[in-house]
Amino acid sequence: MSNDISLSKAPAAARAAEPPGETLLEVRGLAKHFPVMGGFPFKRQVGAVKAVDGVDLTVRAGESFGLVGESGCGKSTTGRLVTRLLEPTAGSISYRGRDITHASRKELAPVRSEIQMIFQDPYSSLNPRQTVGTIIRGPMEINGIEPPGGREQRVRELLETVGLNPEHYNRFPHEFSGGQRQRIGVARALALEPKLIVADEPVSALDVSIQAQVVNLLQQVQRELGIAFLFIAHDLAIVRHFSERVAVMYLGKIVEVGDRDSIYLRPRHPYTHALLSAVPEADLTDGGTERERIRLAGDVPSPVNPPSGCHFRTRCWKATEVCAAEEPPLVRLGGSAEGHLTACHHPEEPTITGRTEDVVLDPALAAIEDALDDVGGVDGVGDGEDFQDGAGSAAGRP
Amino acid sequence: MTTMTTPEDAAPKAAQGAFLSVRDLYVRFSTEDGIVKAVDGLSFDLQRGQTLGIVGESGSGKSVTNLAVLGLHNPATTEIAGEIVLDGQELTGASNRTLERLRGNRMAMIFQDSLTALSPYYTVGRQIAEPYVKHRGASKREGRERAIEMLEKVGIPQPRLRVDDYPHQFSGGMRQRAMIAMALVCNPDLLIADEPTTALDVTVQAQILDLLSDLQQEFGSAIILITHDLGVVSKVADDLLVMYAGRAVERGSTRQLLTEPQHPYTWGLLGSMPRLMSDVNEQLTPIPGAPPSLLAPPPGCAFHPRCGYTDLVGGGRCAVQRPDLPLGRGSACHLTDQQKRSVFIETIQPRLG
Repeated sequence: MSNDISLSKAPAAARAAEPPGETLLEVRGLAKHFPVMGGFPFKRQVGAVKAVDGVDLTVRAGESFGLVGESGCGKSTTGRLVTRLLEPTAGSISYRGRDITHASRKELAPVRSEIQMIFQDPYSSLNPRQTVGTIIRGPMEINGIEPPGGREQRVRELLETVGLNPEHYNRFPHEFSGGQRQRIGVARALALEPKLIVADEPVSALDVSIQAQVVNLLQQVQRELGIAFLFIAHDLAIVRHFSERVAVMYLGKIVEVGDRDSIYLRPRHPYTHALLSAVPEADLTDGGTERERIRLAGDVPSPVNPPSGCHFRTRCWKATEVCAAEEPPLVRLGGSAEGHLTACHHPEEPTITGRTEDVVLDPALAAIEDALDDVGGVDGVGDGEDFQDGAGSAAGRP
Repeated sequence: MTTMTTPEDAAPKAAQGAFLSVRDLYVRFSTEDGIVKAVDGLSFDLQRGQTLGIVGESGSGKSVTNLAVLGLHNPATTEIAGEIVLDGQELTGASNRTLERLRGNRMAMIFQDSLTALSPYYTVGRQIAEPYVKHRGASKREGRERAIEMLEKVGIPQPRLRVDDYPHQFSGGMRQRAMIAMALVCNPDLLIADEPTTALDVTVQAQILDLLSDLQQEFGSAIILITHDLGVVSKVADDLLVMYAGRAVERGSTRQLLTEPQHPYTWGLLGSMPRLMSDVNEQLTPIPGAPPSLLAPPPGCAFHPRCGYTDLVGGGRCAVQRPDLPLGRGSACHLTDQQKRSVFIETIQPRLG
């Protein structure tokens, strides 16, 4: 695992970069392997899904930290490990200096009231048999908290905070729309005045116009109440809008972490480049700046059997032997800003403007574009073939 | 060009020369709660080799429209009125036999969720070959060869081996590619893609979108791309149609719609969508409220309960009179062109950054 290497190098750089602000959550070398059972007649473990495989991250009090990546990269699992809904396989989680990696239910109780979670699906995360009042009151009852003015009064205040009518106290979740339900989820998370909220794709199930309402609400909550957020999402634009610091995950590992501008304007990891260039952007001005075009081949490999060395090497256009042999540590590279860590042997230039040659690894795309090129259909994508060869040999390596 | 941009073309009859022409389409479902007006007087045209993007939130009628074009609604519960003309052939009253001959042959569809759209019971190759065998009278062996050829075209590695795989053996991106192969197997003239990339990761989405537009250049099909993501259509579509509550509220070329949108709903969509380069200190400007129920849509302009500019129109006209949408570039809104322009430049554009 990488954390041995990264522990020696990375935190030194990271600590130097840390602006004032108490460290709330510190995660080191966190891993979660789900067993894969098989065999006959007796089931035994035949492998493991390495959902999270050595993640280091730090969330400071009051900051919003974004975790972004494609499906299956382990971002949700990380969220669930941090809230201790799952038991970590390895690594450590400490909350305000207290190790909670394997804390018991009883030891966790006080911590749990300070770390709350907002779930993705507002339809399945609310109990359909309970009224809104009961749902939001639940955390207070469990923790035996009696706020001044009574619990009901507090629930009504919370409903108002999240922009719902306090008179809807006795309604059931099915009487609300998706956006309103997500607001109920936010109110429930706020009930105990937490210090950290883990928001797992809180808006991806909502319509565009409703998404913005909920994002604004979360932002307001974060700023006015000073709650730290671990914001997990796959939408790069929303993560950028919401988070001061961002970590990019790929196949169970963080490949790049840094402040918002470092990641979005000066990324160094090829995967971050590919991810940013893949975001379809509505260009609202005439002739905006040219952005780079990178088209990877295929999908994310299976986490049951991840590639050796750098996990991204099978889809990377810069991969060499060293990428297969050695796992790159998450370190600050020369030319990167403080706190901007990248795990790559062959980092890219820190820019996202268009490059002279597009990177097209996808064989079908490259073939069609070459054919169209020959008849003069499109221009500027001529070098797909070379890259395709590169990808083939990279993928062919053991 | 999809929509006609000159006012002379704005004839109520199906436009001459348009490959697909939809006029005053109404789709109504009778349910236990009443009649759902899913599509309410929609008109648009599409030329060969062009891409029309239809944008709207869930329940705006964008998928229903295209299922009507393909004739896939259950006639027992659905009432369809209006004209759908595909290359001179009227489809609204067409018999099942006629439609069957067209579906999968001259018009094809790519569905959103490839896992449910593909049958788990048959191999991918057989499902791709099926329309080819049925419409072209090819033998099974020819069908299989064609399936391999198509799989290669859409970038499935080792197509000769993968052709005998079942859908569950494919990854999400590969299944979507297989669906595209299935839709293109008979070189259709019209391809309807209903949220083809929503279920996919962003790097795979970029591959699929590029693949679709490259294949369009090769095959010359007309494409209708349905999505809720303005970013996706802006990359692929030539023209755009914005739908709200079963009606088109704005249409125009993609360029026009993104640089000088006219309808308050389009402004709302643009303002509620954070972008990679927008100012992060600027709050998003969501559209207040929620989309209306199609059982009882608001009178007048369906958007007026959520619209912030009804005062500019005055006289309560928005709540009474339904604005019309011209067939060319335009928007269904009572604001005058002058007002639209000044509101956009003064209040909307600065916020979009």
